Amino acid sequence: MKRILKYFTIRLLLTIPMIFILLTLIFFVLRVMPADPVKSMLGAHAPKRVIEQKRKELGLDKPVYSQYWDYLKQLARFDLGDSMIMKQKVITPIKEKLPATLELIIFGLILALTLGVFLGSYGANNRGTKTDTTIRLYGLVVFCIPAYWMGLMLQLIFGIWLDWLPIAGRTGSRVLVANFNNTGFYLIDTLMAGNFTAFFDVLTHLALPALTLALILSGIFVRLTRANMLDVLNNDYILAARARGLSERKVVYKHALKNTLVPILTMLGMQFALLIANAVLTETTFSWPGMARLLVKRIHLRDYPTVQGIIILIAVMVSLSSLIVDLVYAWIDPRVKY
Amino acid sequence: MPTTLIRKFLNYMSESKKKYGIQWWILIIGLVIILFVTLTALFPGFFAPYSADNMEAGKQLTGPSSQNILGTDNLGRDVFSRIIYGSKTILGVAFIAALISSLIGVPLGLISGFVGGLFDKILSLIMDSIFSFPGLILAIALAAMLGPGIVNITGAVAVIYIPQYFRQVRGQTLSLKEEVFVEAGRAIGASKFRLLRKYIFPNVLATIVVIFSLNIADAIMTEAALSYLGLGLPAGIPDWGRDIAMGKKYLASGYWWIITFPGVAIVTLTLGFTMVGESLSELLNPKLRDK
Amino acid sequence: MMKNIIEIKNLSIDYPIYVGTVKAVRNVSMKIKKGEVIGLVGESGCGKSTLGLSLLNMVRAPGKIINGEILYNNTNILDIPYKELLKLRGHNISMIFQNPLNSLNPLYKVSEQFVETIQSHKPKIKKKKALEMAEEMFEKLGIEKSRLYEYPHQMSGGMRQRIMIGIALILNPDLIIADEPTTSLDVIVEAQFVDFLRNLKDKFDVSIMVITHNLGLVAELADRIAVMYGGKIIERGEVEKIYHNPMHEYTKGLISCIPNVKAEQKKLVTMPGAPPDLINPPSGCRFSPRCPKAMDICYEKLPELKTYDGHEVACWLYETEKENS
Ligand SMILES: Nc1ncnc2c1ncn2[C@@H]1O[C@H](COP(=O)(O)OP(=O)(O)O)[C@@H](O)[C@H]1O
Ligand code: SF4
Ligand SMILES: [Mg+2]
Repeated sequence: MKRILKYFTIRLLLTIPMIFILLTLIFFVLRVMPADPVKSMLGAHAPKRVIEQKRKELGLDKPVYSQYWDYLKQLARFDLGDSMIMKQKVITPIKEKLPATLELIIFGLILALTLGVFLGSYGANNRGTKTDTTIRLYGLVVFCIPAYWMGLMLQLIFGIWLDWLPIAGRTGSRVLVANFNNTGFYLIDTLMAGNFTAFFDVLTHLALPALTLALILSGIFVRLTRANMLDVLNNDYILAARARGLSERKVVYKHALKNTLVPILTMLGMQFALLIANAVLTETTFSWPGMARLLVKRIHLRDYPTVQGIIILIAVMVSLSSLIVDLVYAWIDPRVKY
Repeated sequence: MPTTLIRKFLNYMSESKKKYGIQWWILIIGLVIILFVTLTALFPGFFAPYSADNMEAGKQLTGPSSQNILGTDNLGRDVFSRIIYGSKTILGVAFIAALISSLIGVPLGLISGFVGGLFDKILSLIMDSIFSFPGLILAIALAAMLGPGIVNITGAVAVIYIPQYFRQVRGQTLSLKEEVFVEAGRAIGASKFRLLRKYIFPNVLATIVVIFSLNIADAIMTEAALSYLGLGLPAGIPDWGRDIAMGKKYLASGYWWIITFPGVAIVTLTLGFTMVGESLSELLNPKLRDK
Repeated sequence: MMKNIIEIKNLSIDYPIYVGTVKAVRNVSMKIKKGEVIGLVGESGCGKSTLGLSLLNMVRAPGKIINGEILYNNTNILDIPYKELLKLRGHNISMIFQNPLNSLNPLYKVSEQFVETIQSHKPKIKKKKALEMAEEMFEKLGIEKSRLYEYPHQMSGGMRQRIMIGIALILNPDLIIADEPTTSLDVIVEAQFVDFLRNLKDKFDVSIMVITHNLGLVAELADRIAVMYGGKIIERGEVEKIYHNPMHEYTKGLISCIPNVKAEQKKLVTMPGAPPDLINPPSGCRFSPRCPKAMDICYEKLPELKTYDGHEVACWLYETEKENS
């Protein structure tokens, strides 16, 4: 336990340089680039005096390195600063939007894993059959579909042609979110309030965006599962488990699957970046009021501090996710020692 | 003799097909897709019945018909022709971006792996940081700050793929430089540059080809995504991603063809490069071959 | 006369693959008696594992049993429903495999792998009772009880192979098939393991089929030996007879290949020539291309297994002798 704790701390400290590098990169990219936030804020024809005034207010008149130094000092106090465009702290909209994104990502990821692992193991266990070939093809093709296009196609089919599911937002107009808001995860909030109509409404809104994300990501999981399962099935312990009279179901889902999941898990950390990237596109397509959409909007508005804040947060999430993966890995695989 | 050449070629094909099985087919199909799209990109006028911005009054939002096989958009432009002209844009941006990435990433990886030391440590840390971060988001930030323009977008796309080349090439260089034949080169007094160029580089080339192909596939997706988000090329250049974003408004009214076909085009082209990259990587790596 | 536990009748097994059909086992008949140790010997690729696996009806895909019967207690196990088959595996007939390092699932404790085996056959047995049974087995096998609660990677190869035997024996089977049980052990551990197997015969009333390419190994262990070549049994008899008076040219070759007992390392002396291609086996005697005494008839007709005073062999040399005399 002590060793795990030590490992945990070291890993956490190691993420600091990574976040620092990304932060620096983004800071300079944002500041050195030609676009001017003040102009975009006040319009290109604002009087020079007003522009100068505003620049001073925002600290943009100082040299870049001193702006950078100020920003670092601010971060060291765990303060992301104030927005340049809105009269609010950077953290305010992030706090508000983060649960929406997490809800979408977690839901989508669970669906993707279930679908991917199921199809992948089915393919591996029926290697060489037509179904297996179809599954492989699915894995390949789905990997090449842009998330937004997949989203639009699902909207077209389930939202417009069949008219089964809503295609935008997190709730319908009749559900007053304010009544429930407390964790920001609407599924949990509505459930805690015991309002099943609202819960169902939230669920139907989540369905298509989550499915979009899930289908896109399932491609990777199908491929990973299939390849790893094929490796695992070649092991003598699978043969030995069958020879002991275990049923095929036990052999596959107890012995083979657990061993298959180990390498998949280690790769899950790497897939996190892919997950976030696809979340941006999915949120945009479904008008999902999440972080990713916030990021795109604020980039258009040239709200530097907010953009930086979101990017730092994403970097932290990336590091955290790989940390969690490592811990779970150590927990499932007794051979791993830190 | 052209006939004997063709016969030889066909023989070779059928033998390889037997030897490599399904991977061979994947490679061939991928190559055919790439070849076809390259042709449309180079000679769009030959394939497209209309020009990219030929707006016909009274023909807005018509569905697929004998005149406009994939329908027309809200301005009455032929969807099929726009896809043909758009292939030039997307293929050009993706290809040049991948070229730039490799031209920066490969030498950096070679040098970093070969030289080692603090330089290698710092560079690796930077590359790893960029690598672990969602590339699309980085590209969005870069593209937004640089503003629209074909050079800017290509640059933004190029930056995010540098770490892929760097990491792979560096890793291989690290192990290659311990190999006997490199030692032998050192022993006969080859300079560092010569060692890298003559002894190490040829051995990482196969990997680079694979990454390059997969990289183009990914860059196609990224370019289209940037355009879709409104951060892509300036208006006026036919662009699949932007056409999808435009068509989105008309989806609710049931005009499905405006977004469907450019999407199919993106998927097909991405699939082509992915297929080539993956089958090459398996054919070049016998251990993975029959998975 | 001891009772037969298993009777294989005229068994043939194919692997249809892309380039053709591998005729892995051809018209094999065999009896295994209660309590005996039978050695199945032959070069790698001659169909031993396939034959062993068929006793559990567990031939690997795409393998197919195309002909024959395997009688256990007078029922053909190739005919019984899947559920019955599961009851048979690990309960009446157990099997252990070549690579002990890989025969236990690395993610589960050894105890868990014992318990699941017991419970899948006797669901009424509680976990606690199952663990007691496992501990008892460890005692019999001379392994410390505490090791039961370890993960496989915490143990040596020899230890794991003994544990595999323990799992195989836990439900008192009639037959254990050990497929190359010592091949991946080093010489010293191998010697220990052979002792261990020999003692096993006294402690448990079980028949053992030892599959190996090493005739020396079964010479120390087995009561009877069957020699396989190219998917067929070509010689069979009591161990002394085979060892001191081999009849088939292939068996003679195998005996000359037995590594010197005193030699420190497992030296692999191999016979000249390659084992037959089982997709297009040689016509006539499968050994004819490598046989120093091959005659014309050997290339044309396949010799049948015939008995010469309790010692079976499939070779024209002996039939012609008889015909001539
Ligand atoms: N799963 C399989 N698929 C195709 N051919 C196989 C398979 N398993 C075994 N074979 C072939 O069957 C023959 C006998 O194999 P095996 O029973 O493993 O021999 P042994 O155990 O004596 O080494 C070999 O030629 C081998 O190549
Ligand atoms: S039958 Fe002929 S070829 Fe076969 S072992 Fe006997 S002598 Fe040799
Ligand atoms: Mg074998």
